[in-house]
Amino acid sequence: MNDGWLLARALRTPETTLALNGAGWTDLLAIARAEQLIGTLAHRLEGLAVPNAVQRILGDARASAEQGRIAALWEAEMARRVLTPLGVAVVLLKGTAFVAAGLAAGQGRSIGDLDILVARDRIDVVEAALLAGGWEWVKPDPYDDAYYRRWMHELPPLIHRDRDRMIDVHHTILPLTARITPDAQALLEASIELATDMRVLSPNDMLVHAAAHLFADGDLAGGMRNLWDVHCLVGEFGTDGLVQRAAHHGLKREVGRALRLAAALFGDGATLSAADRLYLRRLTARDGWGWPIRPFTRLGFYIRSHLLRMPPMMLARHLWIKWRHGHTPA
Amino acid sequence: MRHVFSVRIGPIGFRIGSDWRAPIEQLAELYSHYPAPQDGVPDYNVRLFAARPWRRVVRPSVMIGGDFVLPEAAPLPLAQGLLAAEMGMNLQMALGQRRYLLLHASVVERDGRALLMTGVSGSGKSTLAALLGARGWRLMGDEFALLDPATGLVHAFPRLVSLKNQAIGVIEQAVPEGRFGPLLAGTPKGDIRHLVPGADAIAAMETPARPALLLFPSFGYAAASRAVPHSEVFVRLTQASTNYTAMGERGFTALTSLVKAIPALAIDYPDTDSALAQVEAAWSDLALEAAS
Repeated sequence: MNDGWLLARALRTPETTLALNGAGWTDLLAIARAEQLIGTLAHRLEGLAVPNAVQRILGDARASAEQGRIAALWEAEMARRVLTPLGVAVVLLKGTAFVAAGLAAGQGRSIGDLDILVARDRIDVVEAALLAGGWEWVKPDPYDDAYYRRWMHELPPLIHRDRDRMIDVHHTILPLTARITPDAQALLEASIELATDMRVLSPNDMLVHAAAHLFADGDLAGGMRNLWDVHCLVGEFGTDGLVQRAAHHGLKREVGRALRLAAALFGDGATLSAADRLYLRRLTARDGWGWPIRPFTRLGFYIRSHLLRMPPMMLARHLWIKWRHGHTPA
Repeated sequence: MRHVFSVRIGPIGFRIGSDWRAPIEQLAELYSHYPAPQDGVPDYNVRLFAARPWRRVVRPSVMIGGDFVLPEAAPLPLAQGLLAAEMGMNLQMALGQRRYLLLHASVVERDGRALLMTGVSGSGKSTLAALLGARGWRLMGDEFALLDPATGLVHAFPRLVSLKNQAIGVIEQAVPEGRFGPLLAGTPKGDIRHLVPGADAIAAMETPARPALLLFPSFGYAAASRAVPHSEVFVRLTQASTNYTAMGERGFTALTSLVKAIPALAIDYPDTDSALAQVEAAWSDLALEAAS
């Protein structure tokens, strides 16, 4: 049975897809779509003599990613117009940063929300300006709202009432409840100005952020895409000074893991620990319908993500409140 | 998935998987004259699955999944599994389609030229398409018009025609030789019965057509017709499209070109006979204008 490795192989060595039959292509495309990597796959496979039906689907994916790129840059420009007059530099994060800076990681990339980083002492000003600019709160629940403000690394998500696009305003890259506290000031200071009057993190900080997001925060959902970002960033910028930078942010272990797993999936391979293999088992947990598999592995990482975010007593209280609200994990 | 059926409808290939045999058997029967997806690679996957493993057998309830899903989609009873499959296919199109601008419209064709009919649910566009399809027109679809931004042509998407409530009896009488699916009673949209498009519609489904006329039918009023200005047509069609925004500039260009290229009429009708007469009259006027 096919799993996420089918997609990893196709991205690493596009020519291997030429051996696929109809069923193999069907599985590959379903997995790529589920991992939000179909635009990336389409870009990687450009120029290969794939079957007509595949050519059409990949062509659509390229067009769709291009439209997504335009929309993401427009959204960033909208935020910039609101924040620049306040003297707040807009530091773009993740997908929008990759396309704004024209990086390989941005080619064909699917981009959801706009993520930006601002200095923590300007966060109130930024929020007020965004609210005045047409963004609105998404989370109506007072507990969620208070939780974000007290413990998270970002404002409660805001959505623009006309354009229906979400903005996540970060003041650092990990929740305040996490045991690791990256140096947010250093992220801002090392950021790089683009010609568009916006900023992006330095390449090493982009790698640190990707690793933090994956291994010190979430449950590895969307992990293949994030590791593809890591693979592209390393390919484009190398790893000079990365270890020191990761150590400075307290994320040396996470960055090391990101490099090993990205190399295992998309690069020349790496020496893997037993834990690394478990991570890969979770990352590739998709069947040929693009559907999640390996429920116990997934559950384990889901629980882990919560343990990372909160001390046990706080977690217990949080889960209790969420349970009473009728919350069910996705 | 335990049970799988793949099919191509117009230019779009689907793979439908199910935890149960029955919906797949019904699909295979009703779509028996349709081809398989090109190169064996479908554009979209649809998945009919049990919310919990035991719900496969105990009070079976069909969840609709696929490449693209709406989080709040409610499950259907197994007896309505065919409807779930059809909804799943429509959902993939509505949420995922980027090659063609989708207009929520029924389409019929004559002499290589397409008549598009669009309107809210209950306006009668499916019924009219089925009736016209039985009266010398080629049925191109009753749900989506697929407008190709590159050519301005409309592609056929002749899936099963979804007849609702009173329309079921009307079409059963009007098309006695038609092949029908099972009657699905008490669905969220009332009673539903599917009609298999005629062999001519399936045989010609790869042939697109040039749009020629756009109608906005409204059922339940005294017969009347009025020309609809471009501005109103444009706004109505943006609302009738599920992917207009997502298509960006390509969608805008395709839609404005269509609006400028063809006349649009709003027609009110009290019953199907007068609707058919009004449609034919509008079509003849069009031919006269073209000739003059």
